[in-house]
Amino acid sequence: MKTRVSVLLIVALIVSSSAFALAAERNETLIVGGGPWSPATSWNPLYPSRTSATIGLVYETLFAYNPLTNEHKPWLADSGEWISDTVYEVNLRNGIHWSDGEPLTAVDVVFTYEIARDNELPYTPIWRTLEEVKALSLTKVQFVFNNPSYQEWQIELYSRPIIPKHIWKDIPSDQLMIIANENPVGSGPYKSGVGGADRIVWDRDDNWWGNEVFGQPKPKQIVEMIIYENNVALGMLMQRTLDLSNYFIPGVPSIKDAFGLTTWYDEAPFMLQANTAVLYLNTQRAPLDDAEFRRALAFAVNPEVIVERVFEYMVPTADPTGLFGGWTDYRDAEVVEEYGFYYDPEVAKQMLDEAGYVDADGDGWRDLPDGSAMSFEIIVPAGWTDWMESIRIISEHFRAIGINATPAFPDQSVYENRMFTGNFDMLINNYGSGVSGSPFSYWNWIANHNIHRDQVTEGNFGRYDNQELFDLIFEFNQILPMTEESLAVASEIQKILLQEMPAIPFWLNGMWAQTTSKYWTNWPTENNPVGYPSTWGGYWQFGTIEMLINLEPVQ
Amino acid sequence: MGRYLSKKLAIYLVTFFFAVTLNWLIPRFVPGDPITSLLARFASLEGGKEILQSYFVQTFGLDKPLYAQYIGFWRSLFRGDLGISITRYPAPVMDIIKDAVIYDYIILLPSIVLSWIIGNKLGAVSGVNKKVDNFMMPVFYFLTSSPYFWFALVVSYVFGIVLGIFPTSHAYSATMRPGWNWAFIADFFMHWFMPFLTMFLVQLGGWAIGMRNMIIYETNTNYSKYMESLGASDKLIRNYGFRNGILPQVTGLAISLGTIISGSVLTQVVFSYPGLGYTMVQAIKESDYFLIQGCFLFLILMVLLANFVVDIVYMIIDPRVRHSYSGEV
Repeated sequence: MKTRVSVLLIVALIVSSSAFALAAERNETLIVGGGPWSPATSWNPLYPSRTSATIGLVYETLFAYNPLTNEHKPWLADSGEWISDTVYEVNLRNGIHWSDGEPLTAVDVVFTYEIARDNELPYTPIWRTLEEVKALSLTKVQFVFNNPSYQEWQIELYSRPIIPKHIWKDIPSDQLMIIANENPVGSGPYKSGVGGADRIVWDRDDNWWGNEVFGQPKPKQIVEMIIYENNVALGMLMQRTLDLSNYFIPGVPSIKDAFGLTTWYDEAPFMLQANTAVLYLNTQRAPLDDAEFRRALAFAVNPEVIVERVFEYMVPTADPTGLFGGWTDYRDAEVVEEYGFYYDPEVAKQMLDEAGYVDADGDGWRDLPDGSAMSFEIIVPAGWTDWMESIRIISEHFRAIGINATPAFPDQSVYENRMFTGNFDMLINNYGSGVSGSPFSYWNWIANHNIHRDQVTEGNFGRYDNQELFDLIFEFNQILPMTEESLAVASEIQKILLQEMPAIPFWLNGMWAQTTSKYWTNWPTENNPVGYPSTWGGYWQFGTIEMLINLEPVQ
Repeated sequence: MGRYLSKKLAIYLVTFFFAVTLNWLIPRFVPGDPITSLLARFASLEGGKEILQSYFVQTFGLDKPLYAQYIGFWRSLFRGDLGISITRYPAPVMDIIKDAVIYDYIILLPSIVLSWIIGNKLGAVSGVNKKVDNFMMPVFYFLTSSPYFWFALVVSYVFGIVLGIFPTSHAYSATMRPGWNWAFIADFFMHWFMPFLTMFLVQLGGWAIGMRNMIIYETNTNYSKYMESLGASDKLIRNYGFRNGILPQVTGLAISLGTIISGSVLTQVVFSYPGLGYTMVQAIKESDYFLIQGCFLFLILMVLLANFVVDIVYMIIDPRVRHSYSGEV
């Protein structure tokens, strides 16, 4: 009898609780994949490896950045400008507030920067050029610099999450980066929800200040699924259990119509561009220390073949300068005309012949001018199938002009270790070439000056050493953007990079995005640019929130 | 009995020590360090990475000499502290494992136990019935020779994409919230089924083949023939054959645990099903020392524990082992 009662009780409990089984209906839930690769463990805005959507969904920045128009869009800020050579003034919006209801004011902005002055945080180095941040009123902030890095500041404006002083002032200095910050108080449109071992969940904050300003995001909850393999993402798209996939999925151009998938462009290149894939050449190894030899390599490869065979036209070839998107404002067509490279194996052969790299011993491979043999290994991480295929093609093309190059695929950690320690001949990489608000980020990565040490991690993995170029890139950062002077310096940088070719830009990796329309429509596309379809970390400020606002549920 | 167990325990302890030491050592000798790799992928201000780098190296004590790190590792292990994950900072490794390991158990335990029991029964039937045998053997061979990931893809394609009965990935629907209610349990079951089926079927074939061969062998032994000449029924002879045939199958179970677990890693990847498998693969890719250590430690413990259980079972079902240690023979 007793057991029967308890069984009944359990059944009653189960039945009554089933009402809460669904957190939100399917047509109120946006299911995305491609951002995170592991469950959320940190929501800490000060720690760079936090779960990626924290900045954008929970914490917000002063500005958003639209990579399509290359414009900064006021977000927390109402406006901002350089009021003198050294002072940048920001006016905050009126009436904005944190998710706990406290007002978000100039005090919080000042605090966000001062906390990095008083503690060792990843963005502490900004105080090398910053002198003071002062709140002139509750909505007016002035950044006073001693020697402003204008270009970097353009990126800083949309990268730095503003944090609430009333919460963070109480956190001890040694805890700032350690705390997981599980229930973050931010200013953004979503709050952290109940996730799991294979997902991260965000619940809409119906009290978001932006509802009146921008409009309310449509999805009541966003579920970021952690997907272990690209083909699983494809299966989910086919089953319609995924609304937006930000994975590289081979074959999308040929299956997209059959499965009702939408991409940004209807035709090639289908995807927006996210970064430049470059071939780094180890300039510390002969003959890669010879600029003529490096330039000849650039003429030897036909990136069209990579675009066609590997990416099925989902990526375009790169400009010889490697610049794309808003960066092309600084592209100097004359310099490219004069020094740019293009595919022509005959030119490459001629350059090599003239420089003395001929086949001395008749084995079919070109040799060093002193007659000794040379061979090269090109590496990319094992399992990165698109890059693996690409370096097979690049090797083929090198071999076609008599240069003995072979592809190799070490594990990712080994690849990275060899990259950082300069223990390679050639490799493909893109870690620092992502779309941004200034070409400074690209140049400072291609030709970073920080190369005289054991581990080179900030770019320039081929350790190309040219103080004149380093100085120019530094100078470019310190000149007001889009002035005659800054354009002149930019031209000079492009000229040196093309003449010296420390790294060869070959193609532009895509901002991979495929969407399905069973539950949500009005996705941003070329003809309907209502946002930016990316859930990658650091990309939410590029217009993903606008996408959420403009989505339409299917009734 | 006590002697048997204490001898086994000693062996397990030694195995444990060496396995754990190796598993501490190997990741550290692979080139590359996790912190530099982690940081290289962040866009940051000039100089920001150096600050993070020194912060991490100190936090994780990677600047200490290796022997000190090793001693520290055992010390915290005895306190039940597996350290903090580098790539999933600041989550303790123990918490990550706790969240993941439940998914391994719910797939592994039923698939191992059920495939073993059903496989042995089917194999026994196949061993004595020629007609059934002709039909079943090719199926068993097909199953047992299928690689786990390949079979998972087939299952996923047939039941998920073509028939559309089961969802192809993850532990439960995106709209679901975990809770003790029917809707969630049903949803969870639907997601659990395909990874389970994969693990179950691939293992099944091996057990069935093993048992079939054992039964054929046992029914040809002298004791069976003797029983037959005494006029014992076929059923009785088969039952004796089964009892003898099961012994190598139990040993086989202990031996194959390692393969089964690596099979489950691959199956999890195909179904994006959470668990230690994927966690470990990610950890190895990013050389997250502490997470690798933690995951392997857990796997070592699981395998050793399962072996121990098998040893005990063996003693119960085989009187010869029991008696040899208690000195009765």
